[in-house]
Amino acid sequence: MAELLVNPWLRGLLHGALLITVLMTAVAWISWFERKFAGRVQSRLGPTMVGPSGLLQPLADALKMFQKEDIIPRGADSRLFRLAPPLTLFLALATAAVLPITPGMLASDLDIGVLYALAFSGLLSFPIWVAGWSSANKYALLGGMRMVAQGISYEIPMVLSALVPVVVTGSLSLSDIVKYQASHHWLVFSPPGIGIVAFLLFFTTSLAESNRIPFDIPEAESELVAGPTTEYTAIRFGLFASAEYAHSVVSCALASALFLGGWDGPWLPPVVWMLLKTAALFILVTWVRWSLLRLRSDQLMALCWKYLVPVSLGLLLLTGVWVHFAG
Amino acid sequence: MALTETTTTPPANMAAGAHAARRSGVEHKPTRAFVPDPYLDLATYSADADLLTLSLGPQHPSTHGVFRVVLYLDGELIVKAVPHVGYLHRGVEKLCEKLSYSNITPILDKNDYVAPMCNEQAANMAFEKLMKIEVPLRSKFLRTLLAELQRIASHLLWLGTFAMDLGGALGGGTSVFMYCFRERELILDLFEELTGCRFHYNTHCVGGNRHDIPAGFPALVHQTLNVIESRLSEYLGMLEHPIFRDRTRGIGTVDAELALELGLSGPLLRASGIDHDLRRDAPYHIYDLLDVRVATDDAGDCLARYKVRLEEIRESIRLCRLLVDNIPAGPICSTKPLSNVVQFKVAAGQAYVAIESPRGELGTWLIAGGNKGQSPYRMKIRPPSLHALAAVPYLFPRHTLSDAIAILGSLDPIMGEADR
Repeated sequence: MAELLVNPWLRGLLHGALLITVLMTAVAWISWFERKFAGRVQSRLGPTMVGPSGLLQPLADALKMFQKEDIIPRGADSRLFRLAPPLTLFLALATAAVLPITPGMLASDLDIGVLYALAFSGLLSFPIWVAGWSSANKYALLGGMRMVAQGISYEIPMVLSALVPVVVTGSLSLSDIVKYQASHHWLVFSPPGIGIVAFLLFFTTSLAESNRIPFDIPEAESELVAGPTTEYTAIRFGLFASAEYAHSVVSCALASALFLGGWDGPWLPPVVWMLLKTAALFILVTWVRWSLLRLRSDQLMALCWKYLVPVSLGLLLLTGVWVHFAG
Repeated sequence: MALTETTTTPPANMAAGAHAARRSGVEHKPTRAFVPDPYLDLATYSADADLLTLSLGPQHPSTHGVFRVVLYLDGELIVKAVPHVGYLHRGVEKLCEKLSYSNITPILDKNDYVAPMCNEQAANMAFEKLMKIEVPLRSKFLRTLLAELQRIASHLLWLGTFAMDLGGALGGGTSVFMYCFRERELILDLFEELTGCRFHYNTHCVGGNRHDIPAGFPALVHQTLNVIESRLSEYLGMLEHPIFRDRTRGIGTVDAELALELGLSGPLLRASGIDHDLRRDAPYHIYDLLDVRVATDDAGDCLARYKVRLEEIRESIRLCRLLVDNIPAGPICSTKPLSNVVQFKVAAGQAYVAIESPRGELGTWLIAGGNKGQSPYRMKIRPPSLHALAAVPYLFPRHTLSDAIAILGSLDPIMGEADR
């Protein structure tokens, strides 16, 4: 058994399977948590009927999704239409491969882990655009176009702010970045002032990347009905929904690994720290979602190109200066 | 306060002609020559533009019912908007020609289904004017109180749906929506206490009111108003942040001239800088005893409409407190209790009565003498929402699709009333 685990292929496969299982289960109950949270925010109860405190609601939802009629619109590009949902979920889950859950536990300790995670999360806008394009629906098309514009724009400040930890630690590997933070300072504090701004930038742009309010303009229910997913029904729609949650969770985990020290923390075992930090960030995401209104698409672009991109460029420059003189 | 004799009659100069605000002598300076052509020729827009035709509605989630507007989009930008109404047409006015005067009130509740009290009030005031029936003072107080409570409830519902238009059904907008509905429920509870119904009250009748206020009602009203007032400022903090301001400021601007030309009324007109309110300028019931403070704003955009409506909620809370403390004793109806549905017969005559509903000037024009005098020969309802929707082709172009939803929300159209 021990020899089997030494084999990197087998180890990667096992870790990957474990990660997907854990993540998908987490996604199911995160949807329960979000509904409960939204209920409390809005002075109502949220799910209560299925199981104690509605805890079995995700199972009921999944069952419902599987039972619903699967509709492919007549005018749709059927092949692309069917490709988009699983591709979205695949990309959302693939990002998780490089997440260091504990010092020893990660599916793949890539040298370019940061780049890999950002690339896959950046790719995510394309299956959503494909969904919008292939649906033969005008709302879906508009949503898909918004998704591409937003995805590409926000990719830039996101990558630039993620480069701050890379420059400080001198490594593109996520596990190295976390190890650096465990032995030095958490990067949210470490280049003083710079770290916190970079963290906020990264967190904001990852909100935009994962289509959460106030940046959920591709979906924009009040304008575009359901955006790119307008024509999707049954489990295909379910895949999109779980991909969105998975992406949010992975983004939160990524942010905590990059800036909040990942598994590093006193007293508790590393895995608990990692989960706690991710959960705290996700609660923040949910809180923002159920409190804020949505921006307009051109305001979103203006925010990105006029403020976030220059600020993140400046941050990178300052980090370089800091590393040169103090690091 | 000195209680003087009042009538439900609008001023004499309201016979015919232009907008009520003009008739009542409101001064305003035209800022530009009025350009009444929203239906621009698409060929002249741009030769190489590849326009997307988007039929928004009638089943779209944000068209406030079954409103449909065909948009010509250049990217996200709206080039032209063609509204279509009538999907909720039920032939209410025609139906009124067959129903007896007593039977008309309940079906009017379904017209403006966000402010049913005001529909009943407008119609019954017209009947009373036609039949020359005077309403007892207690009923006048009661009707005014109900109208003001209804205004609060209606504006709260508007605020909630407007927030939802801006923030989506799965986000912060819904939170504000839920809060507003929670507060509105309290007013519906009051109405239930009074009439036994939460929505279709049928509490106004020819000559007064059907239901007298129950014991302890004034205290209940005060309690409700206190709750609403305290919570209002609480959750407005949630709404008034930069995103909200960015989404509403300078969006869908109606200047005074356009507002008058389109026949806008109510909060829409006041948000465009025209100080006109039928409660003050053509007082009915006991509004001339109340010093109604009219909120106006010069900007004419979505933010101005939001501000004006909020001020109106606060003003209505003040008026309700004043009214409920001063309800005089006496009968609530000057006609006999209904024993026969054809109790009222009017052979001939005409009447026009306009009241300030939460959405603006809600008028009822009545010609008597239909159905052997038992029904109106013709009953025309002037719905403020229909006139508000007339602004759509002027306001939508040059804005994005997201703005269009915000503008439509800020117009507060109720399709049940617009389509009748």
